[in-house]
Amino acid sequence: MSELLRINDLHVAFPTDDGLVRAVDGVSLTVSQGETVAIVGESGSGKTVTSLSVMGLHKKGTAEISGSISVAHDGGFLDVITASEEEIRSMRGRSVAMIFQDPMSALHPYYKIGDQLAEAYLVHNPGKKKEAAARAVEMLDLVGISEPAQRAKEFPHQFSGGMRQRVMIAMALMNSPKMLIADEPTTALDVTVQAQILTLLASLQKEFNMGILLITHDLGVVAQVSEKVNVMYAGRIVEQGGVDDIFYNPMQPYTLGLLKSVPRISATGSERLKAIPGQPPSLISLPAGCAFAPRCEYIKFADSNACATQMPALVGTSAGHTSRCHIDESKRQASFAEAMKEVR
Amino acid sequence: MSKEIILSVTDLTKHFPVKKSKDRKKAVVKAVDGISFDLHAGETLGLVGESGCGKTTAGRTILKLTEPTSGSIVFEGQDITKFKHGKMTSLRAQMQIIFQDPYSALNPRQTIGKIISAPFEIQGVNPTGGVKNAVQSLMERVGLNPEHYNRYPHEFSGGQRQRIGIARAIALKPRFIVADEPVSALDVSIQAQVINLLDDLQREDGISMVFIAHDLSVVQHISDRVAVMYLGKVMEIGPTANLYHSSHHPYTKALLSAVPQPDPRSEKSRERIILSGDLPSPINPPSGCVFNTRCWKAQDKCRTEVPQLVQLGGTQVACHFPE
Amino acid sequence: MVRFIGRRIFFAIVTILLVSAAVFAIFSFLPFDPASLTCGQRCTPQIIEGNRIKLGFDKPIYEQYWLFLSGIFVGRTYGSGSAAFSCPAPAFGYSFNENACVTDMIKESLPITLNLAVGALVIWLVLGISLGVIAAKFKNRWPDTSSSVFVLLGTSLPTFVTGLALLIWVSIKWKIVPMSLDGYVSVLDSPSRWFMYFILPWITLAIAYAALYTRFTRAAVLDTLGEDYIRTARAKGVRERTVLFKHTLRAVLAPIVTLAGLDFAGLVGGAIITETIFNLPGLARLTLRSVYEFDLPVVLATTILAAVVVIVMNLIVDMLYAVLDPRVRI
Repeated sequence: MSELLRINDLHVAFPTDDGLVRAVDGVSLTVSQGETVAIVGESGSGKTVTSLSVMGLHKKGTAEISGSISVAHDGGFLDVITASEEEIRSMRGRSVAMIFQDPMSALHPYYKIGDQLAEAYLVHNPGKKKEAAARAVEMLDLVGISEPAQRAKEFPHQFSGGMRQRVMIAMALMNSPKMLIADEPTTALDVTVQAQILTLLASLQKEFNMGILLITHDLGVVAQVSEKVNVMYAGRIVEQGGVDDIFYNPMQPYTLGLLKSVPRISATGSERLKAIPGQPPSLISLPAGCAFAPRCEYIKFADSNACATQMPALVGTSAGHTSRCHIDESKRQASFAEAMKEVR
Repeated sequence: MSKEIILSVTDLTKHFPVKKSKDRKKAVVKAVDGISFDLHAGETLGLVGESGCGKTTAGRTILKLTEPTSGSIVFEGQDITKFKHGKMTSLRAQMQIIFQDPYSALNPRQTIGKIISAPFEIQGVNPTGGVKNAVQSLMERVGLNPEHYNRYPHEFSGGQRQRIGIARAIALKPRFIVADEPVSALDVSIQAQVINLLDDLQREDGISMVFIAHDLSVVQHISDRVAVMYLGKVMEIGPTANLYHSSHHPYTKALLSAVPQPDPRSEKSRERIILSGDLPSPINPPSGCVFNTRCWKAQDKCRTEVPQLVQLGGTQVACHFPE
Repeated sequence: MVRFIGRRIFFAIVTILLVSAAVFAIFSFLPFDPASLTCGQRCTPQIIEGNRIKLGFDKPIYEQYWLFLSGIFVGRTYGSGSAAFSCPAPAFGYSFNENACVTDMIKESLPITLNLAVGALVIWLVLGISLGVIAAKFKNRWPDTSSSVFVLLGTSLPTFVTGLALLIWVSIKWKIVPMSLDGYVSVLDSPSRWFMYFILPWITLAIAYAALYTRFTRAAVLDTLGEDYIRTARAKGVRERTVLFKHTLRAVLAPIVTLAGLDFAGLVGGAIITETIFNLPGLARLTLRSVYEFDLPVVLATTILAAVVVIVMNLIVDMLYAVLDPRVRI
């Protein structure tokens, strides 16, 4: 499997009047062909900022970016951070396409659907208007929109939310990209429509062997579609691993806390949820050590001084399963195994 | 749980007139179209459904925040359907609402103390020990720092704002609360905190609650009974355990199967019912059973005859061909 | 769509009728005797009574209104016999002060006002939109800062100051543009003289409006650049230039057109200061003079005309909006 995206030690910070907002703080991950890699985290965890960095979509002058983001492009790799505006532009939508959270606002309200799709093709294939229009209809058909030729002539407001997200997916496929970034693709949709869209994405991925970077806050969606998972908290990846590792053998207290606090449709019915106490930290004044330490109930198993002052490194135990935590490994295994029994 | 019925809703409808520009005929959105249920003291009824199913309108109509088109609402033995504004105001101490968006529901120019004490002021209640004391003990109860009495809403996070909304709602010890998507805007870890808080308060004060949400997993955790709504109608209603484990309505089944669970092994193996198409327009709902356009079991009868809610096993189901 | 337009036109006509009736009623209840205003110092009661009958002021007010309305469509004859005189349709009354049909007076001044308003509109739109886009594009950099100085000056300087300054420096001191002593010339007769005649008034009016439109466009462009669909366009690989001039500008056009339509309507009959400074015998000057001289038929006609322009511009703006924004298309 060839790699499509390599993010290495990415830092993104936004200077504001109140101070420097460290939105992303040392993120590294890879996405290969045919696999779905999820970034899961709560609001402010840095997951969307990471995805926008890959597309080079942060406005010049507003973000301080360092590290490297290598994207498979035209047979080689393009480093988005150092590349020229023109190089990034030729990558966008062609090597990597992106779909967004809110399909209601992601389409231009004044242009016809068909024209918006065709434009995605035309920017990379100038002058091929006929081809672009034909391809637009073909892609609409592919994502399950009936009477595609007719509907291509309609405007976004004539489509329902689920249909618009299909349109967004069709637009992303216009140039047959090797990689797709899906930023909360179903968050704004109803569950029954979410099920439709997730099924569609999975079948398209298989058909085109795309790599997908999925950004979401929904652990259920992660469990359903992804192979690899990155859990983010306060701008850092706190745990990284295969989907089974993360869901059945978490190594980091925040991951465990998430798994315990998410409500599940369960056999036992309405037992009490196990909430994580406290609030996420402000990204302007992050603690020197582990950002989760103030909320961590397992801090008793660790050197609390280390938790407060040293950022734990992302270290692995088994193949590809890594986490940031100061807790003593033997103590962790016992107590986490106990806690995981309570989950579901 | 006591058997005392605190709220009784019968055949409640709420239709909104709309102008259809195409043929300029007066049309109505049947937001709520004949729902009935009883709510017992201390009970929580979950109202679930997708956007546009009428659950929010139902909640507001029950509280008479919008006037019902027809049907009746009986609260503690009084028929309040026809109550005018003045009579409702004195009842408001007993019936409260918690909103989805904790930010837009709070006046940004008022301090938290002022916001939480508003119910005392409006109802002319003078709590023992003074208003400030009462507000601070409320703040403590919902997990807010009482010293933040003089702060403004923007200084709080989403979860804390929702706590403020809850403190305001329980200030007058209401008997009944409508919670309209109270945790939908919150992150998972905060969501669990707020659900647990609501659960505690309800148990301690014996409050009855209608809990409106689109998230079936959340509803399961807080409700004693659940009603599934679709296009203004109740499709299925029953005790939580029965509804989640032996539902009979195809829509309930589809809804439950669509919710992805944080369990990758079962997620990747399980059969999923994928409904085709979108929600039909509530201006022009399908004839017969409103779900027939998306139902895989639909037959001619479903297109002509409206199914009534009937007891089947552990739940009441409105379906001609229940599972 | 046709039905929608038909309905809008119908309602516009009803509105115009209501407005004209209201204006007519207000003027009828003014504590003046319109007949006594028809002749000057050397009036005798006989002349007044004669004029009263001639002009129909002796009739009940609803009949006067009917005569006024029907005059618009079929023309109107005042008096009878050899002393009769008539105004052909569309007749809006007769001015005794000027001894002329009001329609003829409006016919003389309206083209001047329209030339003034259209020219100013074009200049302020071009200037305002381009400065607004540039300011938004270079937000917080020098083009933005300097455009904000222009906005501040344009919005705070009254038109009589800019107008007089232009007149004094450009016409009198530097003699770049000659003083318009020869009067109005149509663009068809002599484009260069026409241009010279209007350029200073245009600039005077345009500066004030362009400043407003710069501010409005800048804000609208910045708002739109933050929209999700702009991010979508960038994610497709659309060039930044296209993002700005196609996707963004297209979205801000609809509100600008609305604003421009209403501002334009306000100028027809409302550019009093500019018309006065530059001695343009336009509609505003006509109204102003008629008010001074209690020339009620003229005031009545110009008031109704101004209202009609506002209503018609509203109609046009609504239709343009329907063309520009597919969401309101019927």
